[in-house]
Amino acid sequence: MQHNTTYTIGFAAIVCIVCGAFVSGSAVSLKDKQVANALLDKQKKVLGVTGLLKAGEAPTADQVKEIFASSIRPKLIDLKTGNYVEGDANTFDQIKASKDPEKSIAAPANPAKVARIPNHALVYQVVKGEEVEMVVIPVEGKGLWSTLYGFLALDKDVNTIKGLTFYQHAETPGLGGEVDNPKWKALWPGRKAFGDDGQPKIAVIKGQAGPVAEDPYQVDGLSGATITARGVSHLVQFWLGTNGFGPYLKQFKERGS
Amino acid sequence: MGKAEQSALLDPLFDNNPIGLQVLGICSALAVTTKLETALVMSVALTAVVALSNMSVSIIRNKIPSHIRIIVMLTIIASLVIITDQVLKAFVYDVSKQLSVFVGLIITNCIVMGRAEAYAMQNGPWLSFIDGIGNGLGYSLCLVIVAFFRELFGSGKLFGLDVLPLVTEGGWYTPNGLMMLAPSAFVIIGLLIWALRVWKPDQVEVD
Repeated sequence: MQHNTTYTIGFAAIVCIVCGAFVSGSAVSLKDKQVANALLDKQKKVLGVTGLLKAGEAPTADQVKEIFASSIRPKLIDLKTGNYVEGDANTFDQIKASKDPEKSIAAPANPAKVARIPNHALVYQVVKGEEVEMVVIPVEGKGLWSTLYGFLALDKDVNTIKGLTFYQHAETPGLGGEVDNPKWKALWPGRKAFGDDGQPKIAVIKGQAGPVAEDPYQVDGLSGATITARGVSHLVQFWLGTNGFGPYLKQFKERGS
Repeated sequence: MGKAEQSALLDPLFDNNPIGLQVLGICSALAVTTKLETALVMSVALTAVVALSNMSVSIIRNKIPSHIRIIVMLTIIASLVIITDQVLKAFVYDVSKQLSVFVGLIITNCIVMGRAEAYAMQNGPWLSFIDGIGNGLGYSLCLVIVAFFRELFGSGKLFGLDVLPLVTEGGWYTPNGLMMLAPSAFVIIGLLIWALRVWKPDQVEVD
């Protein structure tokens, strides 16, 4: 069908306006739900890594919120000094902060390929009454295809690992994606993060590691996923180290809170 | 339901399957079929998008200036895909996280564009809608079959439930790692097309 130019432009404009209205309408009306989902997902992962939520349990949104509110205390810290800082821990977005040049610094070259380190970071403390039972630190770093984002939970001696879990990655399903396998994650609790010299020592090795008591610094490798496994070693060591949460963990040990 | 509707709905399942005969939409068939769950959600999402885009295009088919028709279709399809993605994020967050970019890539799925151009431009809204559902189902059928084999042989599971106990978990089945990688989907789709053409020899192309 032939139409004149005015008609064509007018038609295109109307199509754009109608489609635009639908898209923005859906984005605006569903935003609250999506934000709530993302937050809930993160809280679930934090609870999962601390063991407050067992693998396979499927709690309702309200249950998650309740457990989170009663036993988790988010804290903002200054990564460099390791001190607590003021600020709203509930709205702090560490991944966003690492991208903001005013709120982060370029990281020195590191095997975990972390590009920027935020000035402030968010840690989660698992509390029982006033006592801190566990400290959960966020970790991130490159695997084979993607950046892995996750949490590492440490006991109050800030040396014994309580768990490691990733909430976002795009590694090969069945190979590197096995970092999500509960059986593999169960190998972490009880291992030690730091060696006698105070440096991060925990690593994923090739092949099988011994039981926790005999082989506290090594975790089984993932077969067919050498690079992902190496990435996990690097990122865990990076964030436990001096450029990551090292100063904070040291302070925590001295202060006891 | 009249004869026209029936053939619009059922033809794409076996006689004119978008993947089997038209060999469209292969890209996502490789990407999201490592698990049945993601394949199923992807199928539903694609079916919804094809049906709605077909219907929308058909409603305005006589008004679309022919030299901008492709971009008009794309605009409609892209909008529908974004809305679908938003809905998935709001209601099935976990699955939408696994599907990640592939929902967005429905835009580039040849089936959607192909049906809008080949069918919806010539037929009424209702028939086009049915045709969209039919083609969506045809695509879904292939996707689910591929995902069934990949999940079963690749990780010994179906819908995340253990079917073949794995060696690593004390069972007897050693998972086939190839099934987890995209090339295995090519092989399975190839076998599917072969089976389909043995069953319906008139689909064989003359060379």
